[in-house]
Amino acid sequence: MGLSGCSGTGKTLLLRAIADLDQSQGKVLINGKRREDFSGSVWRKKVGYLPAESSWWFPKVSQHFSSIEDAKLRYLGFLDTKIFDSEVSRLSSGEKQRLALARLLSGLPEVLLLDEPTANLDDSNACLVETLIKNYCKKQGAAAIWVTHDRSQLERVSQNQLVMKNKTLVDL
Amino acid sequence: MIASSQEIISLSNERIFLAGLLIVALGFFTWKADLGITKPLLVSSLRMVIQLFLVGLVLVYVFEIDHPLPVILIALVMLLVAGKEVSSRQKYKIKGFWSYGIGTASMFISSFAVSVFGLIAIIRADNWWDPRYAIPVLGMLLGNTMTAVALSVDRFTTNVWNDRDIIEARLIIGETANEAIKDIVKDSLRSGLMPVINSMAIAGIVSLPGMMTGQILAGNSPDDAVRYQVVIWLLIAVGCGFGSMIAVKMVSKKLFDERERLRLDQLSVK
Repeated sequence: MGLSGCSGTGKTLLLRAIADLDQSQGKVLINGKRREDFSGSVWRKKVGYLPAESSWWFPKVSQHFSSIEDAKLRYLGFLDTKIFDSEVSRLSSGEKQRLALARLLSGLPEVLLLDEPTANLDDSNACLVETLIKNYCKKQGAAAIWVTHDRSQLERVSQNQLVMKNKTLVDL
Repeated sequence: MIASSQEIISLSNERIFLAGLLIVALGFFTWKADLGITKPLLVSSLRMVIQLFLVGLVLVYVFEIDHPLPVILIALVMLLVAGKEVSSRQKYKIKGFWSYGIGTASMFISSFAVSVFGLIAIIRADNWWDPRYAIPVLGMLLGNTMTAVALSVDRFTTNVWNDRDIIEARLIIGETANEAIKDIVKDSLRSGLMPVINSMAIAGIVSLPGMMTGQILAGNSPDDAVRYQVVIWLLIAVGCGFGSMIAVKMVSKKLFDERERLRLDQLSVK
C-alpha cells in the first residue's frame, strides 16, 4: 500500500497511531485480532515502524543485534562484514538505514510501516532498500504501508495507493 | 583525650559579624567582575542567617516542652519544604500535583523510614522522638536525600526529553518501557548518588564531616563523634539510594501510559 500527500497532512501521525506510539481512537486489527489483545511492546513488534532517520543507542553496531550472520550482511549489500563490529558514528546514512531495516526485520514483523524509508538515501541505496523490503514482504507474506513523496517509487513498490489530504485518506 | 567537661567557646554577635564581612568582601569582588552571582550570594547568606537563628529559637522551645507533637510538626515542615525544593530544581516537571508529590513522597518513604529506624534501632534514646536526636538526624537525611532525588529526577526527565527518538526507536523494535529507558535510569541514579558516594570515599581524609566537626567542637570525644558520623553517613547513603530509586520509578510510571507509549505531554518545560 502506497501512501502519499503533502507535508503536514498527517501521514507520519497515521503510521505512529497504527504503531501505537501515539494515543489514537478507532480500531486497528491484524489478522482479525484487535490491537488491545496484545501488550504495547508485543503489538509494536508485530507492526514494524521504520522512520526516515534511524536512531542508535549503543556505540557499536553489534550491540544492537543479538546475532547476525555474515550471509545476511552480504544480503543487505555489505561486501565487508566487518561493518558489524564498527562504530555507529562512522556509518553513512545509507548504511545506517539498511542496518536499521535489518534490526527491524529481525523481529519478523507482520506489517511494515515505512515512513519515507529512502528519503535520505542516494539512488543505489534507495534501490537496495526497496528490494530488501519487497523480498521480505514476499517471503514472510507481510503487508506494508509505504509513505513516499517519490511518484516513481510509489509505482514500483505499491499495488494500491492512497493520498492524504487535510488529515483524511483519499483513494486514488 | 579531650575533656568532655570543656565548655565550647561562645561566638558573640561581633565575631559572627566578622565572618559576615568576608561574604560582603566576596560580594564586592563578584559584583566588580560582573559574575551575576552577587545578589543570590548575598540573599542566600542572609536567608541562611535568619533561618538558622529562627530554627535555633524554635529548637530551644521544642527542647523545653519535650513532647513528640512539635517534633512531628517540624519534621513535616522540613519534608514539605524539601519537596518544594526538589520540584523547583527541575527543568522539566511532571504536570500538576505530582511535580511536588513525587519528591515529597519519595523522601517521606526513604528519609522518614530510615531516620525512624536509625532512632529506634541504632541510637535508642529513651524516647525515639527525643528532639535532640530526631531533628538533627532527620535534617541531615532530608538535606542529602533532597539533593540526590533532585539530581536524579532532573537528569532522568532531561535525558528522556532529549532522547525521545532513541526511546521510541527501542519501543518500535518491541522493547518494553522499562527496557527502553534502562540506560537512562542507570545514568540518572548514578548522577544522583555520586555526590554521596564521593563524600563517603573522602570522609575523614580530605574533609571532616559536619556532624563530627560539631561534636568535636562541642567537646565530645572523637571516638563518639566518629561512631555517630559513621552511622549517619550510612543512613544518608541508604536514604539517598532508596529516595532516588523510588522517585525515578514514580516519574517513569508517569511518563509511560498503560500501552507503554512515551507521554512527553506529561512534562512541562520551565
